[in-house]
Amino acid sequence: MILSVRDLKVSFRTNDGLVRAIDGVSFDLEESEILGVVGESGSGKTVSLLAVMGLITDPNASIEGSIRYKGRELVGLPPRELRRLRGNEIAMIFQDPMTALTPVYTIGWQIAEQIRAHQNISKAKAMARVEELLAEVNFPNPHEAMSRYPHQLSGGMRQRAVIAMALSCNPALLVADEPTTALDVTVQAGILDLVRKLRATHKSAVVFITHDMGVVSELADRVMVMYAGRVVERGSRMELFSDPRHPYTRALLGSIPPLTGEKPRRLPAIPGSPPSLLRLPQGCAFGPRCPVHYEPCVTGRPDLGIGTHAAACFRVAQA
Amino acid sequence: MTDSPILETRSLGKRFSIGTRFSAEGKRTVHAVDNVSLTVRRGETVGLVGESGCGKSTLARCLVRLYDISDGELLFEGEDITSKSLSELRPLRRRLQMVFQDPSASLNPRRRVGDLVAEPLRIHGKLSSREIAARVAELFELVGLLPDHVMRYPHEFSGGQRQRVGIARAIALNPDLVVLDEPVSALDVSVQAQIVNLLADLQEKLNLTYIFIAHDLSVVRQVSTRIAVMYLGSIVEEGPAEEVFATSAHPYSQALISAVPVVETTPSGTRKRIILTGDVPSPLKPPSGCRFHPRCPIAVERCRTERPELKEYRPGRKVACHFPTV
Amino acid sequence: MIYAILRRFGQMLFVMFGISVIVFLIFFATPGADPAARIAGRNASPEVLEAVRHNFGFDRPLYVQYAKMMEKIFVTGDLTSFVNRGWKVVPAVMDSIPVTLSLVFGAAILWVVVSIIIGIVAAATRDSWLDKLLMALGLLGISMPVYWLGEVMNLITQSRYHDSWAFSWVPPLGYKNFSDDPKGWFLTLIIPWITLAILYIGIYGRVLRAAIIESLQEDFIRTARAKGLSETRILLRHALRTSLIAFVTLFGLDFGALVGGSALLTEVVFGLHGIGKLTYDALQNLDLPMIMATVMYASMFVVIANAVVDFVYILLDPRLRTS
Repeated sequence: MILSVRDLKVSFRTNDGLVRAIDGVSFDLEESEILGVVGESGSGKTVSLLAVMGLITDPNASIEGSIRYKGRELVGLPPRELRRLRGNEIAMIFQDPMTALTPVYTIGWQIAEQIRAHQNISKAKAMARVEELLAEVNFPNPHEAMSRYPHQLSGGMRQRAVIAMALSCNPALLVADEPTTALDVTVQAGILDLVRKLRATHKSAVVFITHDMGVVSELADRVMVMYAGRVVERGSRMELFSDPRHPYTRALLGSIPPLTGEKPRRLPAIPGSPPSLLRLPQGCAFGPRCPVHYEPCVTGRPDLGIGTHAAACFRVAQA
Repeated sequence: MTDSPILETRSLGKRFSIGTRFSAEGKRTVHAVDNVSLTVRRGETVGLVGESGCGKSTLARCLVRLYDISDGELLFEGEDITSKSLSELRPLRRRLQMVFQDPSASLNPRRRVGDLVAEPLRIHGKLSSREIAARVAELFELVGLLPDHVMRYPHEFSGGQRQRVGIARAIALNPDLVVLDEPVSALDVSVQAQIVNLLADLQEKLNLTYIFIAHDLSVVRQVSTRIAVMYLGSIVEEGPAEEVFATSAHPYSQALISAVPVVETTPSGTRKRIILTGDVPSPLKPPSGCRFHPRCPIAVERCRTERPELKEYRPGRKVACHFPTV
Repeated sequence: MIYAILRRFGQMLFVMFGISVIVFLIFFATPGADPAARIAGRNASPEVLEAVRHNFGFDRPLYVQYAKMMEKIFVTGDLTSFVNRGWKVVPAVMDSIPVTLSLVFGAAILWVVVSIIIGIVAAATRDSWLDKLLMALGLLGISMPVYWLGEVMNLITQSRYHDSWAFSWVPPLGYKNFSDDPKGWFLTLIIPWITLAILYIGIYGRVLRAAIIESLQEDFIRTARAKGLSETRILLRHALRTSLIAFVTLFGLDFGALVGGSALLTEVVFGLHGIGKLTYDALQNLDLPMIMATVMYASMFVVIANAVVDFVYILLDPRLRTS
């Protein structure tokens, strides 16, 4: 077991009141497993992973619950200890490669900086390692690429550089936050391929955050669907996509236009928009948009329950 | 009705100059759009697809004359509007509208949305303020907003509602043609379908013609009747949406469509995927011959030297490739 | 690269030419600004006026006058004052330059170093009592007029407490040449440096703090944290480096203006006969050749300072190198 998150709660004090960005999230991650986390804006998918990385620096945030990395509790760990893990054992890839790299340093410098932050090796050795890494993420000319500045590379190449940086210390856990959302599909396909390949070669476990069901279904071993700060459904890729149980998962899958076959005249759309975390509805947060909601959904809040394939829905529990 | 062309381009091109005579590399020209001949018929939706930088947004802006046109001709209902001056274009502006990607960036945050929707009516129409108010109410109902929303400010709305306001503004003057540049890209997945449906409803009710740009290919397929695939400023394939997706003829279209991740319930790896190597070449130094040949899996010597033209190989299907899959 | 530098140099010359023409026209060609009347003094008879006019070449066409003036400034260097007859203008400017440069360079080093430290410390401890204290002190520095501060400094160090151990080292007001007496040069300038720097420390510290805090919101800072770097390294290597652009812009403008004569008040208060003082006196007497010379000198420094800033930009931000 690489990562074990139990009942994680993250809330922010704001001028408009307390915002519960994450409300009781639990999940496990095995070695070299890819967990897909799906959700819309405000679902808490990014915040939960920032919490795992210890990257929530907002002084108004409070984090409760337990995050265990290889059995070691991360919540409440001193910053210095956390820093030793970050970039070394736990690495992160961000959404927008355009802004994720410091504009004034070369790619090589930035990757070497990370290696030297965690390993006591010479600059020349670090640079040699950078070249290897860039070759591994398919840079056509790794030696030349090292001396390039971020703005001199295309979006796809920048994201490869970010991935090379994340891999530089052979992390056991890789957290990827929508790493392909800002890229073209053709480039995305290459990046997804790369993530798959690296999981095999580096044996890293991957948490892959995305809003794209297609991406998850191509990449993930297991999937977790989030809505308004809670996990509404989890299961293996096969379980979730061949037998989606939560009405939100079903609706989300149904609203994706098909790429083949007959075009529906109208798409089955979910009414309304995701709720504001400041004004969450009573009971089940998806209730007001749910096609099958009934009385229990207004008063009670369904739990996810146990089992590998589970959905937080009274209708599912009832069936 | 659907057969009469509303908009037609003949070898349309758009060049941008970069730098000046004095800059290090001298003055250079980018052919952002190069030799595009496209016919848009009344009531249809033409989807433009391609990677970022392929010129689809530039082409769309040329079509509504937001950009001046460098080469070729642009015809609106058979009339040449390529080089019409701004004042000559004014009556046409009403009939050609545009909806942009980011609804929050294209709406003035300090004005009430009712005002924002009324603005084009005030500028172009000769309506009394009572008539304007009535029309705004009508538009709000059309796009699925509540009547009391008129007094709100853009920030009080969700992304989907803001895009509804943007659409209301665009259709306020009963346009004939609306260019939609990534109208759903900034929206949550669960909201995208609502807007896609709204666009379809409006098209039917108001007999609109759309030019639709999105990087999400499944959305483009859903919305469009016809599709034009662009690569480095030119159209490489054109045809009815479902046909192009089912049996694409150009190797680039095939790669592009195969790259779209789809939800599969079978064990992964059953779908054949063509992964393109390398990046899109710089439009400053486009490759010789077929622009796609450096990344093309089936390129041969001829592709390096001879540029294929966009030719109709079957009624309604066009492709620019020496070796199309037909 | 060489082409770019040459082009930049050409631009500088062009700007200076433009400034010289404008200044020339303002003083010699605006209606009512008859330089001959100025030189001849009040109640001069028409004959005297005519003689002066001829003598100084004011009856020649304007472009000839302009060319003559430029020749006298840049080629022969024998332009003489209209007011103090026989006083050569160019050597007077040359004598004042080291005074102003000494004052401004020293103050600039002081304010850059101190304000960078203040900016970093305030940004690193933002919203703490230390940050608030530093920013309040900065505001105080900005609010104090230089002439008032200078006089207070003089009052303390020259008279009131001059005999105490703390200020007995302070030499009397005035400038000492560096080549003659390096120690004296340094000692006489310490108090003027501090006085001039205090205002700029306040401004620059606040600007840098704001820029660093803005930088800290950037995505690449989050990346740097995710890499496991220490907060100090993130602040100095990533946030500070990208915040220096605003700082350098401001510095170029202020430095150029100060060297060009804006340090006037400090010069006057401390009895330093620099460019500012020279320009001020020339303006008082409408000493046209002197004004011409000091303005040319000032514009040269402003233009050079701008060119240096552009060059530093390129060093700081690689994105500007290719485009």
